[in-house]
Amino acid sequence: MPLVSVRDLKRHYDIRLTGGLFGRRAKLKAVDGVSFDLKMGETLGLVGESGCGKSTTAKLVLGLIPATSGTVSFDGSAVTAAHDAQWRHMRRRMQMIYQDPLGALDRRLPVSAQIGEPIAVHEPHVPADEREARVGEIMTSVGLRADQAASYPHELSGGQRQRVVIARALALQPDFIVCDEPVSALDVSIQAQVLNLLEDLKERNGFTSLFISHDLKVVRQMSDRVAVMYLGMIVEEGPPEDVFHAPMHPYTQALVSAIPTPSRRGKRERIVLEGDPPNPVNKPSGCPFHPRCPSAMSECREFQPMLASHGSRKVACHLRPAPSAGLIAAE
Amino acid sequence: MSVVSEPLLTIKNLTVEFDQGAHFVRALHGVDFVIERGQSIGIVGESGCGKSITWLAALGLLGSKARTGGSVRLDGQEILNCSDRALAHLRGSRIAMIFQDPASSLNPVHRIGRQIGEALRLHRGLTGAAAKAEATRLLDRVGMSNPAQRLNEYPHELSGGMNQRVMIAMALAGEPDLLIADEPTTALDATIQAQILELLNNLRRENDMGLVLISHDLGVVADMAERVAVMYCGRVVEESQVDRLFDAPRHPYTRGLMAALPDIDGPKRRLKAIPGMVPPPRNLPTGCTFAPRCDHATEACASRVPGLRPAGAPRHRAACFHLEDLPGGSRQPASPAQQPVQETV
Ligand SMILES: Nc1ncnc2c1ncn2[C@@H]1O[C@H](COP(=O)(O)OP(=O)(O)OP(=O)(O)O)[C@@H](O)[C@H]1O
Ligand SMILES: Nc1ncnc2c1ncn2[C@@H]1O[C@H](COP(=O)(O)OP(=O)(O)OP(=O)(O)O)[C@@H](O)[C@H]1O
Ligand code: SF4
Ligand SMILES: [Mg+2]
Ligand SMILES: [Mg+2]
Repeated sequence: MPLVSVRDLKRHYDIRLTGGLFGRRAKLKAVDGVSFDLKMGETLGLVGESGCGKSTTAKLVLGLIPATSGTVSFDGSAVTAAHDAQWRHMRRRMQMIYQDPLGALDRRLPVSAQIGEPIAVHEPHVPADEREARVGEIMTSVGLRADQAASYPHELSGGQRQRVVIARALALQPDFIVCDEPVSALDVSIQAQVLNLLEDLKERNGFTSLFISHDLKVVRQMSDRVAVMYLGMIVEEGPPEDVFHAPMHPYTQALVSAIPTPSRRGKRERIVLEGDPPNPVNKPSGCPFHPRCPSAMSECREFQPMLASHGSRKVACHLRPAPSAGLIAAE
Repeated sequence: MSVVSEPLLTIKNLTVEFDQGAHFVRALHGVDFVIERGQSIGIVGESGCGKSITWLAALGLLGSKARTGGSVRLDGQEILNCSDRALAHLRGSRIAMIFQDPASSLNPVHRIGRQIGEALRLHRGLTGAAAKAEATRLLDRVGMSNPAQRLNEYPHELSGGMNQRVMIAMALAGEPDLLIADEPTTALDATIQAQILELLNNLRRENDMGLVLISHDLGVVADMAERVAVMYCGRVVEESQVDRLFDAPRHPYTRGLMAALPDIDGPKRRLKAIPGMVPPPRNLPTGCTFAPRCDHATEACASRVPGLRPAGAPRHRAACFHLEDLPGGSRQPASPAQQPVQETV
């Protein structure tokens, strides 16, 4: 049984567009039918461009915001946004690491207090000295020095702050960690330190994780499987080597070809997509990618392609129809 | 002296010091650059290494809290520390800069057309219908659909990629000989970044414009630049033709950056992090500023600052005492960390 199971998850927002006297009402489809499973100990990478719904998916999976429809289950029980006793109990087994380490920390508290906070909240019976000892151990495990316990966040470097955030997420030895752009704010050399640390901790503690990044190179480094999102949907999913070296979906192909990397310099054919980034308010009919797709056909404008299995991979594109899958008409 | 025979821009021993109240702190320690017409040069390095202030100083944009020294010559003429009026004239008409934070450089309360029109009036004396026609042409040139209609829109009505195009259109308004683009695509998505980089490259070729591309992203620089300079703690530590730099980096810091970067191709390997962190300008170690983080450092490294010297290929220089002792030639030094790691399933 998978540890985490997500089925047809949607989150729509009612918004008002600016302009006009009262502003026009519209629906923003931040997440629009996402399904995936996470096996115990597995890391699923979630990639896609800004606004495609990665962070919203993460919050839905943890029950931090309610879903418009669809289900999430964790270790067999439903995750909902009703923050009741059952959710709190589950929540301590699921942690999140955010992108902005400074924003995620309280600037008025020494870092040891922040790392120990989840223990104080969820295990109030643990005596203070035992809690401190545990904080000390966790700090060592993420490469922070004991003498940094009394430091305030602004006294630490960006990489050290991210270690504090990671230490806090690990305090309760969670089974599941969502990492939302954990290294995006860091310089290359520090980014490598933090990525190695996450790899080592995973090796040691064996947690399951959802790893979100817009950086395909980082996602490849960290994931056992990757899912590529576009306009609130997964368009391709599979092992990183397959998806990044032989992408099947035209969007993945463009995305992979657009990555600047020293090793591909001068050797690659860059697919430059026409058009502006997608808008989740005006989601196109049919395949959400069709207005920018170099291979779009007439059926792409009318019918939404479903995610269909191709060996180890799943792809949602009319160029790759599943042997038996039917088409579903767009509303 | 013939003006044409001079390089477009020559920077010599440029230094920058910031007034920190009690004393000045040096943030740029004497850098040299030469840029020819039509050439592209990439500047890489981690946050705070001096990528931006080099070019802000050269254009006289650092303000009164900064003290600059050295020489910056445009077509052979000294422009460093010359009058604000003279510099204001050069900026935009001869040299244009796209600033790191686009949100802060476009005025949110003015329509796009007015902002480009202002640049056209300032640098080319165009007004009225002529300015409007030229603004439309520029927006079209940077690949914006419906350019005439866009002139009436405000920055918040456009996407990040479109605002970046507007910035580029404004920079092109004065038909500059040199464009300095400071992290022009950092805030943009990969597919939009690809569009903007392609645009910059085409503009450079078609206008025979010099291009300085500042980026912390090694991949962007590898893609775009003919020459690359790597900066660390306010100094250039290595510079070379792009292929040579990425095929055979010589400075331990450059090698460190490459080994720390995950790749999309090749066997998956464990990353090799550079230990420690970048020291702040007010607290630099003595000698080679990279020494405390360097695997190859010896006592000599902490005693003197290494200068740039030939690194085994024409126009390839690196600032390290131990260039000859490092494993040579190959793109990445052979070390256990380079071996593919077992993927965890
Ligand atoms: N509370 C909200 N109200 C209205 N719209 C929202 C809200 N939260 C998110 N959105 C919109 O939903 C879409 C998806 O946002 P999300 O933050 O999930 O994207 P993302 O993939 O994480 O992007 P990024 O890479 O920029 O972090 C965006 O268009 C965003 O503007
Ligand atoms: N106005 C200023 N006053 C004092 N120090 C400054 C000022 N501007 C820059 N500095 C310092 O000068 C150094 C170089 O800054 P610079 O902005 O050139 O870095 P950078 O390489 O462009 O970094 P980034 O990649 O973050 O943009 C930094 O240590 C910075 O803190
Ligand atoms: S379904 Fe059609 S439009 Fe969508 S990616 Fe495939 S070919 Fe392109
Ligand atoms: Mg996000
Ligand atoms: Mg900068």
